[in-house]
This record gives sequence, structure tokens and C-alpha cells, in this order.
Amino acid sequence: MLLSVVANRVGMALLTLAGVAVVVFVLLRVVPGDPVAMMISPGAGPADIAALKAHYGLDLPLPQQFWIWIKGVLTGDFGTSITLHLPVTEVLASRLPATLELAILALLVAVIFGGSVAIAGTLMRRTIGETTIDGLNSILLAVPDFIWALALVLLFAVAIPVLPLTGRIDPELAEGFTTRFYLAESVLTGRFAVAGDIISHMIMPTLALALPLAAVIVRLLKQSLKEAMLQDYVLLARIKGFRELRLVLQEALRNAVGPTLALTGVQFTFLIGGTVIVERIFAYPGIGNLAIDAVINRDFPLIQGLVLLFGLIFILINIGVDLTVAALNPRLRHA
Amino acid sequence: MFNITRRQALAASGGLIGTLLAPSRFATAAVGSTLNIAYNVNLPSFDPQVGPSSVNPTIQAIYRSIFDQYIGQKPNLAFEPGLLTGWGWNDDKSKVWMDVREGVVWHDGTPFTPEDVVWSIQRKGKPDGGNPVAFIWAGLDNFKIDGKRITADVKSYDPVIFKWMAFLTGYVLPKAYFEKVGPEGFEKKPIGTGPYLVDAYEGNAYLRLKANPKYWGGKPAFETVVFKFVPDATSRVAEIESGSSDVTLEVPYEEYDRLKAKAGLKGVCTPISDIGMIFITNGGVMDDKNVRLAMTHAVDKETIVKRLLRGYGVPIATLEAPEYAAFDPSIKVPYDPALATKLLAASGYSKEKPVKFTIQTTRGFKPKDYEMIQAIVGMWRNVGIDANIEIYEIAKHFELRMSHKLAPAAFYNWGDAIGDPTCSTGFAMFSKSPHSAWHSDDLDAKIGPLWGEKDEKKRIQGWKDVDKYIAEQGYVLPLLQYAQPILYKSDLKVTPNVSGALQPATLVSKA
Repeated sequence: MLLSVVANRVGMALLTLAGVAVVVFVLLRVVPGDPVAMMISPGAGPADIAALKAHYGLDLPLPQQFWIWIKGVLTGDFGTSITLHLPVTEVLASRLPATLELAILALLVAVIFGGSVAIAGTLMRRTIGETTIDGLNSILLAVPDFIWALALVLLFAVAIPVLPLTGRIDPELAEGFTTRFYLAESVLTGRFAVAGDIISHMIMPTLALALPLAAVIVRLLKQSLKEAMLQDYVLLARIKGFRELRLVLQEALRNAVGPTLALTGVQFTFLIGGTVIVERIFAYPGIGNLAIDAVINRDFPLIQGLVLLFGLIFILINIGVDLTVAALNPRLRHA
Repeated sequence: MFNITRRQALAASGGLIGTLLAPSRFATAAVGSTLNIAYNVNLPSFDPQVGPSSVNPTIQAIYRSIFDQYIGQKPNLAFEPGLLTGWGWNDDKSKVWMDVREGVVWHDGTPFTPEDVVWSIQRKGKPDGGNPVAFIWAGLDNFKIDGKRITADVKSYDPVIFKWMAFLTGYVLPKAYFEKVGPEGFEKKPIGTGPYLVDAYEGNAYLRLKANPKYWGGKPAFETVVFKFVPDATSRVAEIESGSSDVTLEVPYEEYDRLKAKAGLKGVCTPISDIGMIFITNGGVMDDKNVRLAMTHAVDKETIVKRLLRGYGVPIATLEAPEYAAFDPSIKVPYDPALATKLLAASGYSKEKPVKFTIQTTRGFKPKDYEMIQAIVGMWRNVGIDANIEIYEIAKHFELRMSHKLAPAAFYNWGDAIGDPTCSTGFAMFSKSPHSAWHSDDLDAKIGPLWGEKDEKKRIQGWKDVDKYIAEQGYVLPLLQYAQPILYKSDLKVTPNVSGALQPATLVSKA
């Protein structure tokens, strides 16, 4: 039973990725601009243009180009980046850890901050405190991540210049890493001064990504908690004399968190998408920043690889959310 | 379970606080032995000979820090010896000779040799090698080395071949090392003969360079240079204003004016070899000379530069900026809306019955590009031209231009860091070029003979005559020469480069 469920999910994932591969391949050839047009010198003649196209394999019929590419993908070879002159898999592997660390930290901040505010709002329900929280949360909901990024730049990098603005780490400290998971590696190897520097670089981009997600969590979780607090089992617990905080945390939260968790998973995929602009603003070397350059330069192999990678990440996040929700709610395990 | 001790937590906090309070962070902090540059583009590739990066003008400052060119270039675009100490043609221009600089070593300590020069040219000239200007380098063949002198046959004469040796892809790479490590290996650990060695690099983040102690041109002013790749203009402004970086460039002119007045910062904004222009595509209403000339005479370039660009820019009448070899100050296309109205009337157009066409433009690709076109369309409307603005991405512009499908009018910028007319008027206006918009036999007949003209004086005069003819016919609408804003800490000295390449080794020093 479990095996068939897993097989089904894997099959659906592969089918989705296949669809994504076809769509991105076709779209890139349809949209205006190709890498040769971007780099061709003004004095070049038709023969020079043809030679460049042949050099990058763009002179072949489209089905043949697709077959060559997809054959490589199935064997783990995503081609060579036209702009970076490096294998696409290598480039993605070198940039993904930065985005993952940023996204996971943003998710943690969003969950902790959003969850705490939602719980606080529930405890303060029907008071001026709840109204204040709702009002401030409305502002958080209305402001997108890139506006937060610019506001944080102005506040903490210009007006009160206490945070480093760009990059992931002070270039003078970027030595001796074995992996590209700089934060995790520096913590695990005890290089806490370096970890502190990395965190200082991550504060602004993390907040820019986390605040919109936190606002969604506050809105949904508070509503779910308020509904759960009206249930009979909570009433029973209150009659037994349990304190309000215990009622919220131990009685209501477990039942209320399901919908929030599911939506957080969906919103997390948007957060990953949000890294594109946020990484650009903070010159953060993740896959988001890489994607912008790839699109500007029409680096077809790199764009194709990035889109597949994003697709895979979204699929894995959705599977993770489904499993987590099922773990918390036994009624959903056999759905 | 991973436990953190109190000491470790303090160390982490110390690292965080130390970063927050680092003295170098503040704008008024003096520059030490490390120069931090908030640079406006990323460096995708270390190979300056092939691929899109090799023809990206904005990356040349980085390449010139690591590699040397055959021929060098001064900030005023004049040429000087580089890795070649002498060069020239024989009398009938059937051969070239090049004298190679002696005593130069690569960053790995191996000697630089004439073989490296020959190999670099041959690599770039291969039609399937990926060099976007292979046709330039393929014009030389049959190389012979005699001591420090290289000679080669001229397969196809190009009067600008030596200027290209100071231009895009005109860099020398190490033959032995490159063949040993291959293209991928070179990307991961590049070496050159330049004033700086690559110390550390993270794409889309930074490039850290260390001074080359054995550089033939003398040790640079800074021991370490860090290029921070900050493509977002707002972030670059914040970098310099907060003191996180010591130099930055290409910020909005309004921010430039605000920041250069701040304590601890200085600025310089001078014209560079980059011009703004409107391509005119032959066909339709553009075949009417009255319409074309009316378009040009109706544009008040002085006001556009003064009001939109805060005075930073130089109005131009041809595709030659004042520093270019074929610049002719006598060619003028005055702002004359009355004349424009009269020209249009002669073709049956008026404000009530305007001539209509589309003008394409980017938005945000160049400073105030869209706003300039809006202003121009407004000026045109006053004389009887009704232009519809279409915004597109720069990639679409390149594709349309290559297939000769641009709109009747299209805004673009054009760089020519060697200031030679072939690279501006020539490539922009010769119909055989994939990048020209105006195609007509009369213009081709004038330009054609100049490609192979061996008399340099006659060649330059020929180009001046072509520019004059183009202005008389209204085949293109040159607008302005751009100026490049550079901001820097006040204890630095920055020499602006007309080519736009902010080379830290030679152009930035302590005041």
C-alpha cells in the first residue's frame, strides 16, 4: 500500500518534470532573443553568425536539440552554460546551498515569528491587543518581499549602517570551506566568528523573505486557533482549570495547525521564487541571482537547468508538506 | 545532540557584532590596503576570448586587472604598448609585425613567450571557436617567430586590426597552461600576466584580487582589490553611502549629485565612449527624406541632456563622439522645429495630419531611456509626427535588428572603446552588417571602399564624409554621448576612463 503510494507520487513527479522540460524548452525558442543574437559582433557576417550557432548547437533542428538535451538530462548531464563555460549541474550545485540556507532560515523565522504572534493574538482575543496585531499584520500582508528588501536596505545599511548590505560572507573570511553550506559548516566546525559574519549578511534578505510569509501564518493560524478555542475539548480543559497558554499550546494548536502547515508549504514555494529578486537586491550568490543573469543573457542550457531545479524543489516541498500534515493528522494518512 | 558552550556562543556573537561595528563599514572610514568596488555587473566567465562575456564592454575593467592586452590604451583612448612593444605593417600591408615584450611572467611564474601571442590569435580566429569577432582575428595567418618578433601574412586587410588588439577579446592567454587545464580548468583557476592575480571568486558575489608582485608595469597601489557584484543600482548607492564600498559607478544621476556633496565622498562624471541613438529602418514612411530630417531637427538634445540627465551628457550630431578618430565638429544638425514643420508640410504632413510610425525603446536598460523617448515623442508631436512607443527588452532588440525587423525607429546605445569609425558608423550603418537598420545602396557605396582603405588619412576623411552624408540624409538620429558617474571615498583619487573601464590598477589610487 505504502509502496504504491510512493510509486504513484514518484511517477507524478517525473511526469510533472517532463512537462516542465518540454514547456521551458519550447518557450525559450519561441520567446525573442537567443544567446547568439546577444553576443554577435556588429561586424559579423552571416557566416560568422552561422558558425556561432553551430558552436552552441543552435543550428540543429529543434527536435534534435531537445533530444540531445533530454538525453543528457536523463544521465545527469544538463549541458554546459553558454555564459559561464561550466557544466550546468556544477553551477547549480555550487549556488543551490546559498539559496537553501537563506530559504530555510527565512522559513524558520517566519514560522517562529508568525506562530508567536498568532498565539499572542489568540491569547489577547477580543482586546485592543488583538486589534493592534491585526492592524500591523495587514500592513505586513500588503507589502511584498522586494519592498521589504529595499526598506531594510535604507534602514539598516544606509540610515543606521549596522548590517552588511551585499554578499553572503566577508570576502576576507571566505576561506577553508569544504561545502557551499557556509552557515551550517561554520557552525558544525566551530567557526562561530565566521558563522556570526554569515548571519549578519543573511539578516536583511532573510527578513525580506520571512515577513510576508509570517503575515500569512499569523492571519491563518490565529483564525484557526480562535475556532479551535471554541471546541468542546478546549472547554473541558478550561473547566479542569488549565491556564489559557496551556489551552492554546497543548489543546488548540495541534488541531489548528494543519491548514496553516499546508498553506505554509505552498507559500514556501513562493518564498523560493521570491529569492530571485531578493538575492538580486542583496547581491546574494544563490540560484535566484543566477536565474536573472541566465535569462538576461539567454543562456538556454542554464535556464533549462534552473527551471527543472525549481520544479524539483517545488515537488519535494509539496511532498514534504503532505507527509507532515499526514503525520500530524492520522485521518489524512490514508487519503 | 549538538551543544553550544557559552564560549562558543560568545564567539558567534562577537563575530556578528564585530561585523556590525567594523570600522570600515562607515562612509568616513579611510581606505586601507584593500579597495572595495561595488561593481555594476557580474563576472560570468574568466575567458576574455570566447563567449558572451568576451564582448561585454562592462566587464573589461575586470579583465584588464587580470590579463594584459596586446596593445594598451590610455584613459583618453590613445594607444600604448602592452604585451607588444611595437607593431605595424610592411610597406604594401601584406604582412604585419609585432614585437613581444620581454621579461614578462604569467601568474604561475612561467615565462610569457611569443608562442602565447600567436596561439591566442589563432584560437580566437577559429570559426568554430566561439569567439564572437573571429572574423577579425582570422585575417592573420602563417605566423613566424624570430626572437621577440612575430610576423604574419595578412589574409584580409583590416586597417583596424591593431586597434582590436586593445579592444574586445584582445587579450593574451597562456598557451601551455590553457592546453594543460582545458577551458573548464581555466575557468576555475585563471592566470594572466596582469597587475592582479585571482585570489578568490564567487559568482554573483565577489572577486578578490591580490597584487601581482612581478607585474611588468609596476606594483599597483592596492594590495587587494575586491569587486563586489552589485547589479542593483539602489544597492550600489547604499554600498557607497554606508561606507561598505570605497568606489562605485553607474548610479542614477540624481543620487550621484546627492552623494558627491556628502562629507567623505567625492564624484567624477565625464563623457565615455558610449552614445545614445535612434536607429531608422528603411521602408515605409522612413523612405521619405523630409520625414527623416524633420525627426532629427525636431529634437532638442540640449534640453534632454539638461533636464532629464541633469546636464551629464554631450549632444552629438553624428555617431562619432568628440574623442573618436573621425569626429568632425563642423557637422551640425541644429534643433529647428520650424524647419521640421516645413519639411513635413512639403510631404503633406502637419499637426492635424501627422505622419505615424512606431518607435521602440528599452525601459531602464540605459539611464532615462524611456523618459528620453517620451520627451522626443512629445517634441515630434509639436511638429506633426505621431509616434507610438513600444517598450521591449534588449534581447528582443538584438533579435529584431539581426533579422532587419526593427520598427521604423528604435532607440539603442552604441559603444566604441577604440574610437574608430568602423566600429561606430561602419557597423551601425553598413547594410551588410547584421546590426544596421538603414539599408540603402547609396550609403553602402560610400562605406564599402573604406573597409580596406590602406591610406589612413584618406580612410578617416572618408568616414567623415560618410557621417556628413548620413546627417544630410537623416539616415540615423544620434542623440548624446553618455557620461559615467563614479563615486568614491574622498581619500582616493580616481582617473576617469573614456572607454568606461574603471581599472583599479591604473586609475584608482590613494589621494
